[in-house]
Amino acid sequence: MSPPGLPASFPWLSVLIFSPLAAAVVVAVLRRERAVRWWTLAATLAVAAAAVPVLVGFDPGTPAFQFVEDRPWIPPLGLRYTLGVDGLSLVLVLLTVGILPLCVLASWRYITTRVREFMIGLLVMETAMVGVFCALDFVLFFLFWEAMLIPMALLIGVWGGPRKVYAALKFFIYTMAGSVFLLAAIIALYRQAGTWDLRALMGRELPLAFQVWVFLAFFLSFAIKVPMVPFHTWLPAAHVEAPTAGSVILASVLLKMGTYGFLRLSLPITPDATRLLAPHLCWLSVAAIVYGGLTALAQSDLKKLVAYSSVGHMGFATLGIFTLTRAGIEGAVLQMINHGITTGALFICVGLLYERLHTRELAAAAGVGRQVPVFAGFFGVFALSSMAFPGTNSFIGEFLALAGAFQFSLPVALAAVPGVVLAAAYMLRMLQRVAYGGPQNPDHTGVGDLNLREVLTLAPLLGLVFWIGLQPGPLVRLFAASVGHLLEQTAAGAPPLAAAP
Amino acid sequence: MAFLPELVLLLGALALFVVSLGEGRAHTARHLALGLGVAALLAAAAALPSRGVLFDGAYQVDGFSQWLKLVLTLGYLLVVLQSGELPDIPVEVRPEYHLFLALSVSGLVMLVSCVDVLTLVVALELASLPLYFLVAMRRERAGQRIQMESAIKYLLFGVTANGLMFFGLSYLFGLTGTTALPEMIARLRGDVSAAAGVGLVLTFCGLFYKLAIFPFHFWTPDVYQGASNETTGFVASLPKLGAVAVFVRFAALAAPEQRLLPGLFTALALGSMFYGNLIALAQTDLKRLLGFSGIAHAGYALVGFVALNQAGYTAALYYMVAYLFMALACFAVFSLLAPHGANLTLGDLAGLHRRSPLLAVTLGVGVFGLAGLPPFAGFMGKLALLTAAWQRGHHALVILTLINAAIAIYYYLALFREAFFRDAPDPAAPPLRLSGSARLLCLTLLTAILALGVVPGRFIQTVSGSLAWVGTAPISAAGSPGFVGTGSQPLAPAARAP
Repeated sequence: MSPPGLPASFPWLSVLIFSPLAAAVVVAVLRRERAVRWWTLAATLAVAAAAVPVLVGFDPGTPAFQFVEDRPWIPPLGLRYTLGVDGLSLVLVLLTVGILPLCVLASWRYITTRVREFMIGLLVMETAMVGVFCALDFVLFFLFWEAMLIPMALLIGVWGGPRKVYAALKFFIYTMAGSVFLLAAIIALYRQAGTWDLRALMGRELPLAFQVWVFLAFFLSFAIKVPMVPFHTWLPAAHVEAPTAGSVILASVLLKMGTYGFLRLSLPITPDATRLLAPHLCWLSVAAIVYGGLTALAQSDLKKLVAYSSVGHMGFATLGIFTLTRAGIEGAVLQMINHGITTGALFICVGLLYERLHTRELAAAAGVGRQVPVFAGFFGVFALSSMAFPGTNSFIGEFLALAGAFQFSLPVALAAVPGVVLAAAYMLRMLQRVAYGGPQNPDHTGVGDLNLREVLTLAPLLGLVFWIGLQPGPLVRLFAASVGHLLEQTAAGAPPLAAAP
Repeated sequence: MAFLPELVLLLGALALFVVSLGEGRAHTARHLALGLGVAALLAAAAALPSRGVLFDGAYQVDGFSQWLKLVLTLGYLLVVLQSGELPDIPVEVRPEYHLFLALSVSGLVMLVSCVDVLTLVVALELASLPLYFLVAMRRERAGQRIQMESAIKYLLFGVTANGLMFFGLSYLFGLTGTTALPEMIARLRGDVSAAAGVGLVLTFCGLFYKLAIFPFHFWTPDVYQGASNETTGFVASLPKLGAVAVFVRFAALAAPEQRLLPGLFTALALGSMFYGNLIALAQTDLKRLLGFSGIAHAGYALVGFVALNQAGYTAALYYMVAYLFMALACFAVFSLLAPHGANLTLGDLAGLHRRSPLLAVTLGVGVFGLAGLPPFAGFMGKLALLTAAWQRGHHALVILTLINAAIAIYYYLALFREAFFRDAPDPAAPPLRLSGSARLLCLTLLTAILALGVVPGRFIQTVSGSLAWVGTAPISAAGSPGFVGTGSQPLAPAARAP
């Protein structure tokens, strides 16, 4: 389970969670900006490297939680420090630790003021995000969940665009309002079941009425985070105003918190309520897909366009989840990963363009591709991936999610299909304008192409786009067992699985 | 030995009295007060394990009183640190200011040990009377004469509330024929007569006033606004903890079949929360804002008393200790930030993150703690309160409390927004230089708020263990064992249907 030389009980997950925090403490005492940047990059890379033993030691054959750590935390309140990963959380942990070094690289030139505080914010975010995916104690989960709020609001509100304060507060109030209901559900569940342990809460046969209340509380909290229509209005504001790294974290990881919450909490803890309400949620997802697509088509701001495309893409993820079919859920998990890769990359691209042109207007960027062929190449691939072009990563995820939808209900699936077409429409429109459109714009002369750092930022994502697109098997195998177990739990309230040592 | 902290405080107060007899001894008094704070803290730590009954059973030194003394003396030290040079107190009365502060704290320290109604009244008065002077001691200047009005309001409300309380105590005395609380509990057992109910409710009125619970809150915003920043920091924190401690001693008097008290507490808690939070939304004066937020927080603490069991009391005490540090953190920032001790408005916080990052972080942590965000103490406190209340079936109360927490986010966020997102309108606003003691104060408060939020296990255990005597009260016979101890087997499928 653990690589040689270290005891099997080595707390890998704690290391993953708390080493960014420790690195942040070091950042706080560094004096020079250059040192701060290099140190943060090294720290995030080291954390990413620390995830490799977890990946190697992970046994994909079992749906049980692995690398479990379980210690008393606050005994008088019954709280325990319980960590563990299964296939679902592992892939998201990998996504998180993998995307963070790229965020640091993407902020290399973009962030010029208060660099130290910015990097501390990024590192604290990493601790909280990895913590959410690893926590198996409900209060620990909630603690990490909420701990993301303050650094993220700071990232948007201090280093953001012209309307940053508005965007940061909107983000904060929306997510906070949602988590209040989550907290109510947590307390109710504790008093109903007598435990904070997520593993013990799963598969309990709770009364249906109680389940429905809990499900609705979960739903509000997670739907705001995903965000599902009609709770999405914080997203465009936050995305547009956030600095590049903030947008990437938001898109790549934070939005996944909502769908992860559905998968980790809603489905196994309230299975009966989920089955009861799934059709409605499927239609809501379809609404998100179509609405996101149509709105993205009408945007002239590149960042807004990508932000609204996120609403549509996450709609596919929630659609896949609530079809409650194997294909649907596997597609949803893939869609979560792919959206993290592709949309993160698109936001980095938009950020690079902004650094060069100081505008995100589609019209002003028209034709810039001629000056920057390398950039246009990267941008083109990511745009194609975003519209789920076969051979790229998103294709597999959306295909599976739609396949699940067809199994679930024909009208839902048919209603979701236009979303695919819309994605192609808005992405091609953007790509065509940026890469080829318009006459020679005099403002674009002298715009430099990507330098080595920028190529290094985008290249890993490019590799992943094709790797997942052409060979999704290894990735799917990581979480296939967990998805199977999840389906059993949702189907009939299966007994909780004993924790693996 | 058992009486050491009280003795140290009284001797210190005496020494301060001697100092206040001379002229121009503000510095001496400050250093003496600092020394007294440290000495009292050490004495309280030394007296932590001591147990005993003094003065013919009127004064009980038990685990409960001793940890409270430790927290109170720590709070006193922090308040003295926060007071700094007392910029808004006339220089000729600064020694007296320290004298009254020390007297009030010694009253509080005695209060938590009193188990006889007579000593309790004396200690309560000793804790309260100096506060009226402290409020009135603010410097007079153009446009600032509000402190006299505040002091008079404080005094009149205080006297009225105390009158009600004494009236209620006379009922209890009449019913039981004793002034000793343990005996009173024994004799009131099973008494559900109207007289007992009225007596208890009237007694609680005095404590509601101290805590600033809804219909007894009218003094709060005015006193907060009128008193100097340093005084407000004290008034807002330590006396409330003392009041909660006495509240716990009295709540044990309530008979388990009492329907009246939980209903009353629920109504008052909801009234306080909604009133405090909704009015706070519209405030711009920072001290007024925190005054209304204090009313709301008193409501949260009352949620713990609705449960009327050990878990609830533990949660209420834990929450109040957390509140003490969080409120002190906010007021410390105001005191250190205010030039010459003037009242601050929201706009004065603009650019704080540039002027003094440490103060900005202290304010942020204090504010988010008050808002109930993890990983700060306010969150764990709320969690403990709400689980205790939910366990006793007060589901609607829990939901409404959470909705209040959501409302409150808005105005706490306004503080945060000003401090972190706005730049100072006046570009020449100079960076703030913090003295060593100010840094120490901020770091202590930050540590306390974080530690109480992340690793409060031992603290909660101490609190709940010190409340074992509640178990002898009639209430535990009907109540469930509480959440204390369920943590030992978290995986046990102990279906605990409400």
